[in-house]
Amino acid sequence: MTVTPAGSSRGRVLVVDDDAALAEMLGIVLRGEGFDPVFCADGSEALGAFRDAKPDLVLLDLMLPGRDGIDVCRSIRAESGTPIVMLTAKSDTVDVVVGLESGADDYIVKPFKPKELVARIRARIRRNDDMPASTLVAGDLEIDVTGHTVRRNGEVLSLTPLEFDLLTCLARKPGQVFTREVLLQEVWGYRHAADTRLVNVHVQRLRAKVEQDPERPEIVLTVRGVGYKAGPA
Amino acid sequence: MSRITVSGILLAVPRALRRLWSRSLWLRVTVTTLVLSGIVVGILGLSLLSRVTTGLLQAKERISVGEASAGLGEAQRILDAADTGPSTPSASRLVDSVVSALAARAGSPSTFDVLLLSSQRTGDAPERGTNLVAESSVPAALREAVVSSQRQSWTFTEIEFLDGRSTPGLVVGAPLLVPTVGPYELYYLFPLAQEQSTLDLVRSSVVYAALVLVLLLGFVAWLVTRQVVLPVRAASRTAGRLAGGNLSERMRVKGTDDLASLARSFNAMAESLAHQIRELEGLSLVQQRFVSDVSHELRTPLTTIRMAADVVFEDRDQLEAPTARAVELLQTQLDRFEALLVDLLEISRFDAGAAVLDLERVDLVALVRRAVDSASPLAARAGMELRLSADPPVCFVDCDSRRVYRVVRNLVENAIEHGDARGVDIQIGTDDRAVAIRVRDFGVGLRPGESGLVFNRFWRADPARARTTGGTGLGLAIALEDSRLHGGWLEAWGEPGRGACFRLTLPRDRAVGFETSPLPLEDDDAVPPGEQPQVDGPPTGPVTVPTGSPAARFVISSKDPS
Repeated sequence: MTVTPAGSSRGRVLVVDDDAALAEMLGIVLRGEGFDPVFCADGSEALGAFRDAKPDLVLLDLMLPGRDGIDVCRSIRAESGTPIVMLTAKSDTVDVVVGLESGADDYIVKPFKPKELVARIRARIRRNDDMPASTLVAGDLEIDVTGHTVRRNGEVLSLTPLEFDLLTCLARKPGQVFTREVLLQEVWGYRHAADTRLVNVHVQRLRAKVEQDPERPEIVLTVRGVGYKAGPA
Repeated sequence: MSRITVSGILLAVPRALRRLWSRSLWLRVTVTTLVLSGIVVGILGLSLLSRVTTGLLQAKERISVGEASAGLGEAQRILDAADTGPSTPSASRLVDSVVSALAARAGSPSTFDVLLLSSQRTGDAPERGTNLVAESSVPAALREAVVSSQRQSWTFTEIEFLDGRSTPGLVVGAPLLVPTVGPYELYYLFPLAQEQSTLDLVRSSVVYAALVLVLLLGFVAWLVTRQVVLPVRAASRTAGRLAGGNLSERMRVKGTDDLASLARSFNAMAESLAHQIRELEGLSLVQQRFVSDVSHELRTPLTTIRMAADVVFEDRDQLEAPTARAVELLQTQLDRFEALLVDLLEISRFDAGAAVLDLERVDLVALVRRAVDSASPLAARAGMELRLSADPPVCFVDCDSRRVYRVVRNLVENAIEHGDARGVDIQIGTDDRAVAIRVRDFGVGLRPGESGLVFNRFWRADPARARTTGGTGLGLAIALEDSRLHGGWLEAWGEPGRGACFRLTLPRDRAVGFETSPLPLEDDDAVPPGEQPQVDGPPTGPVTVPTGSPAARFVISSKDPS
């Protein structure tokens, strides 16, 4: 077992899971990949653990004692944009959509392969360091790519890193239509086709934050049957 | 165009009436009652009329003949008196006196007319009549009869007057010998105007009475049927709403009669149905919860096992050969176990009725291409070519892309597993109501009767045959459920040695549905491309593939990974 020095850690991961064996196994895999795992086994203590550990990413089991995973997800999202990846045993539409709507960036269905999990975590922790353009414009929004901020008329809009990535991806090529599959690849880092509901839910969340009227979007436009595109500047 | 419309209307009206007739019990009972009572009342009325007519005429005949006999006696008396009198009056005086005496008996207004006609017909003998009555009123046949039989005779005829009037009447004639002049005939003409008006009155009364009676009967039938039909219709409407899913729908119970008992039984039935459905829903909910719990409880330890196995598998180079092989086996069987678990959970979700469609508008061709792409490594390992042809090259359909993708991928993998080196043809066809995806292989095929079995859970064509892709045996069963969920079809065809063909047909609009698939299931003359050099030649089968357009036909080439 390789032990990575704290200084060179690829990121701190808070694992919220009540199953001791799985948590320990997750710890082994994460440490092996150079992450720094922190554990919490109870839903009601998860928020405190999150505040103490200040992780770069949260791995959150949906079924927890104490407090429901959905609930924990909501309260973490309320105070931070830290990426959240749900661990779920259910791939049913309702469960997944409820999880995503409560603020999770991505989900992974048990049982998963360690490589799959690590790829999901990397995709969420990876920050766009290779920024070609420093400022983008979408509609009446001003996107500062390097500073990770979005402004409307000088006022900063608070977006999670995922929502920021999604908006930036669309705004880099205004007018070009992105299919859901391409967005999954570009923003979530999926190499193969995955669940397009991820895209739908996050586009809704993004619209709720950036559109003047989410019912009549002007910044993230739907191209029926194809995908999405950024509105003209 | 207009002729078509007119004839269409001419055809449509009787059809609509016939439909109304067959659909409305109310109308049928009312109309039947009207028709039957009309016939009965008509027959009754006619026989009544004929009896009244006969009676009236017979009475008139009796009175008239009596009157005529009396008149004849009177005339004879006058003539006898004249004959024995001191001086014989002239013929015309004699005739005049007879006629006026008889006319006096008729009263005023006269109830009959009298005609005294000479039988000699020479024109010399004087003839007399009362009230301008015409000689032509007496039919020749009657005169003949009177003269030849020399007895009283009578008949019905039309009495004519010299001023042009005429009226139906009875003529009674008798021979009368006038002294010094010769044989005469005395005719009594009784007009039947009174009887006629009586008959008219009776006839119109009967007609009115019959009409009123028939209408009354019809109305009564309408009223009575209404009392039965309205509750039955209410029951039918309620049953329709119940069938439509509104389980709280009930009938109104009024009174204690048979209809109220119908309503009560109906409501009891609805109550019991609703109860059972709620119970089933409850069971389904319990089942769903159970499946979900089992899923979670099984998956968590499986995840741990899977991760542990992976960690060991990564380090297998450092293990001794038997242990390394054991880890490999552990790894592959974990994959199989996982796939089986996923499929089992999916099947139990269908069984619990918990599977729901997540519809979105997708390009079916792109979706199929993705599914075929993802199966191409498998095909490459088996040394097979996957050929995809689509007409049209883009086809947007509302469907659950996850499920359709799963179905197509399953069919393609299945074809790879059971096909041979001649590859697999995947074809997409559309029409205005449906889209179809057809996966054809040229492998061992299916024995007769097997095309119905392939969708059974855990069914295997040949238990002895080695499995290469490690399918769970549930793939086609799940695919069938997925297609049903879409309101579509999934069918199989196959013949030993000629290969097998699976066809998925989905409706463009679930509410409209479809009746035929755009692609044929079996193609008798399809020749596998391996045996036909010009793959891009004109299509020979009933399937038309636009080979001219390069965008419409493309081949997923098998890449060899090794």
